[in-house]
Amino acid sequence: MYGNTRIRVDWRASAELTGRVLLYLVAPLTFPLLIALYFREPVAPFLVAIAVAIGLGGLLRALGDPEENLGPREAFLAVAVIWLLVAVVGAVPFVVAGVGTIAHPVNALFESMSGLTTTGATVLVDFSIHDRSIMMWRQVIQWLGGLGILILATAVLSELGVGGAQLMESESQTRNVNKLTPHIAETARLIWGLYVGLTLLAAGVYLALGLAFDPRMGPYNAIAHAFTSVATAGFSPEPLSAGAFHPVIQWAIIPFMILGSTSFVLMFVVLKGEPRRLLKNEEFRFYLGTLGLITGAVAVVLLLTGEEGGALEPTIRHAVFNVASIVTTTGYASTDFALWAPAATYLLFLAMFTGGMVGSTTCSIKSLRWLVALKSLRRELFTSVHPEAVRPVRVSGSPVDEDTIRDVYAYLLLSIVLFVGLAVVVAVDAARVGMDLSAFEAMGAAASTFLNIGPAFGEAGPYGTYAAFPMSTRGVMVVLMWIGRIEMIPVLVLFTKAFWTS
Amino acid sequence: MHAVIVGAGEVGTAIAADLAPAHEVVIIDRDESRAEELTYELDVLTLAGDGTTLETQEEANVMDTDMFIACTEDDRTNLVACGTAKTLGDPFTIARTKQPDYLRVWERDDSAYGADFVVCTDLLTAENIVRVIGLPAAIDVDPFAGGLVQMAEFEVAAGSPVAGQTVVEADRFESLTFAGIFRDDALILARGDTRIRGGDRVVVIGSPESVQAFATDVAPETTPDRADEIVIVGGTEVGYQSARLLEERSLHPRMIERDDERSRFLAENLPNTMVLAHDATDTEFLVREHVDEADIVVAALATDERNLLVSVLAKRLGVDRVIAVVDSAEYVTVFEEIGIDVAINPRLVTAEEITRFSHESIAENISVLENDRAEVVEMELAAGSPLVGRPIQESVAELDSKVVIGAITRDRSHVTPRGDTVLQAGDHVVAFVETPFVGEFTAMSAAI
Repeated sequence: MYGNTRIRVDWRASAELTGRVLLYLVAPLTFPLLIALYFREPVAPFLVAIAVAIGLGGLLRALGDPEENLGPREAFLAVAVIWLLVAVVGAVPFVVAGVGTIAHPVNALFESMSGLTTTGATVLVDFSIHDRSIMMWRQVIQWLGGLGILILATAVLSELGVGGAQLMESESQTRNVNKLTPHIAETARLIWGLYVGLTLLAAGVYLALGLAFDPRMGPYNAIAHAFTSVATAGFSPEPLSAGAFHPVIQWAIIPFMILGSTSFVLMFVVLKGEPRRLLKNEEFRFYLGTLGLITGAVAVVLLLTGEEGGALEPTIRHAVFNVASIVTTTGYASTDFALWAPAATYLLFLAMFTGGMVGSTTCSIKSLRWLVALKSLRRELFTSVHPEAVRPVRVSGSPVDEDTIRDVYAYLLLSIVLFVGLAVVVAVDAARVGMDLSAFEAMGAAASTFLNIGPAFGEAGPYGTYAAFPMSTRGVMVVLMWIGRIEMIPVLVLFTKAFWTS
Repeated sequence: MHAVIVGAGEVGTAIAADLAPAHEVVIIDRDESRAEELTYELDVLTLAGDGTTLETQEEANVMDTDMFIACTEDDRTNLVACGTAKTLGDPFTIARTKQPDYLRVWERDDSAYGADFVVCTDLLTAENIVRVIGLPAAIDVDPFAGGLVQMAEFEVAAGSPVAGQTVVEADRFESLTFAGIFRDDALILARGDTRIRGGDRVVVIGSPESVQAFATDVAPETTPDRADEIVIVGGTEVGYQSARLLEERSLHPRMIERDDERSRFLAENLPNTMVLAHDATDTEFLVREHVDEADIVVAALATDERNLLVSVLAKRLGVDRVIAVVDSAEYVTVFEEIGIDVAINPRLVTAEEITRFSHESIAENISVLENDRAEVVEMELAAGSPLVGRPIQESVAELDSKVVIGAITRDRSHVTPRGDTVLQAGDHVVAFVETPFVGEFTAMSAAI
């Protein structure tokens, strides 16, 4: 033995951080607990979950060592484990409550992981049998997932340069990869306020509009939907999702989904008094352009096919709402878009791969990566005419490193490979149990879960449920939601030998 | 005037030769034989020694000198020499540097290095190249305020689009001032309703970009625009700065640089320049990239030999105008004799700039126009100057002379002069003045 099997990851640092996060989880768990007390519903699900969080968190902290240095590897390990264990703890209340489809541990983990990864794919069949506190926990866990990903995206992934994330708009270009902790804390503080503020604003707007237009949008629903629109998450306590509410409320949800998928660092800079940065930001313009283009195309298809009765306002509203919902990766629905004409559903399928801006709560591939990839493709065309030309790819005027472009390509390729793999697994597994699933529906469900969007087509449509899939498929989906949400690399890197030993 | 020059290279010698007839000049050089040689060539006092040391400077009597010029080949030696000189007395110090980096530091705070003026060879050469490329129609062009402001005189041809327009119609540019118009032998101060005629010579003062834009109006035929193909061969500092200045003037040059890493640097910093990474002496490549159809080729490689080769090659391929950077002054004529249109020698350019600065009186940048009928002067306003704290129109109305404030720079950025602009201490003012009043006007820059 020459020491090459020695573990080169200071896993104690990761354990310490993970344990701390699990202990923090007690705070959000008390929120549904209070709701349960208010509505006189069982409190056991949350008390057990709190106990599990404290037990697990305490154990990890006992194993951990705060003195160890949290470097890039330790951060990858911690991120992957945190997302997994928080989902596990999040599933506890569903299992303890023991009502409906989510009483089964795998389904509970699916629901919890779908929430934490702000996916919004559900296995609920009957919404009415669940307690209001349990339904609120689904919303809270999504909101937490949104906050978690914001901190992860702005402080950790951009520092580690995962898949070109280092290109993200940043307040000041600090690159000190060896000392992540102070940077995480600092960024979290900035982002936290903005995220909470946006959530409160959304809740206020929804409540006010609810009072004016729709009694169903009471305080409970206003808070529940504020949690999941700013997090671009997509769970709704209503079986009809946003379709349950008055059109005015549907219009009001749209800007919050878009804000949730806009870079929070950019928003922060704009709010600090530099509104020009908004239009100078090429990713933002590209993102809005993409959103507008797909919306326009879907609206035209809907008008031509007369899907929504041919009336102008509903057609445009449904086009804008559902395209925004898919592109921002929220996953609400204002109507059952799975029933639209094929041309429209194909467009929505395409829209699943876009995503919002890097540094937001959005999922999927994200506009910055597409922008860099498209620009570098255009450069390829140019250099095929002028082979000697040296032409840096520029985003918002600044040149992009060639290594970063390679990262972006690798990320795109990896996404496509994993998506295709999952789609095949979904289709094969469905065939195994004799489930009637078209290739398009299999691809839709695979994209929607792996890219953390939520609803897809067919059985997995916005008014459908993932409970229709075999248990084994859902198990695989849980893993891919997990991998997809934290930008793949932090999970995949754990499966390389080099990560642990060299 | 007593002047001390450190460095007896081409630049130092040229400056000394210019100053020697009228002034007392001491030249310091490390090379004893060079120093001795110069004593026979020029009527100057020479001193062998290290120009940065106190000992040598004391021997050269720097404490009582009026002008101290450090122009050796080494940037740091020049800056240190200026610093040393300032500890001995208060001469006006001029440092020559090659790299623009030191110039940028000095621009940020002009007390840096103890230099009162920094002349950057590479930047100056690039400015010269860009002037030759961009303003072929101008009769006279001079930079002011460290290149932020340009004065240019154009002859308006009868067929020019500007002929027949009034000044208000012709002056479409924010940071451009019409200073004066020479018509036959008369000097007319430009007013808004003055009509420009064919044959007039117009003097404008403004940012280099606006002067360039005006040139396009005056002489659209000869002034290059974006459709013109400009190729810079060689990504040296001179080549890079030339491309950067051309970009500032809305021209989009192409650049050929052999080194991949340098090409990447150039491409990143020159967003509007197409950089090609290849050997510029490869004829097949040049033809493939249509360099033979270029309007202007600039040879800015590191050595004279390669510049000669590229220039000849470009001429043979049929390029209209070839401009070459020639490092050794003695080759300038050789280049021009074999048909290269313009040969620019960085050392001569530097020497000229330093001389221009040191001639008349200290710290006064001057251009003489039309057989000294008028001058364009630059001055920095002292705190107690009668011009400070008042709107321009009041000051000018009091002056019984023909003065036009052409440009103002404050903290290295432009302030467009208008009648109600209030001047501040520290402002650099570039003004067009009738020659008899120059003395009276420049005296106003100082405190009363």
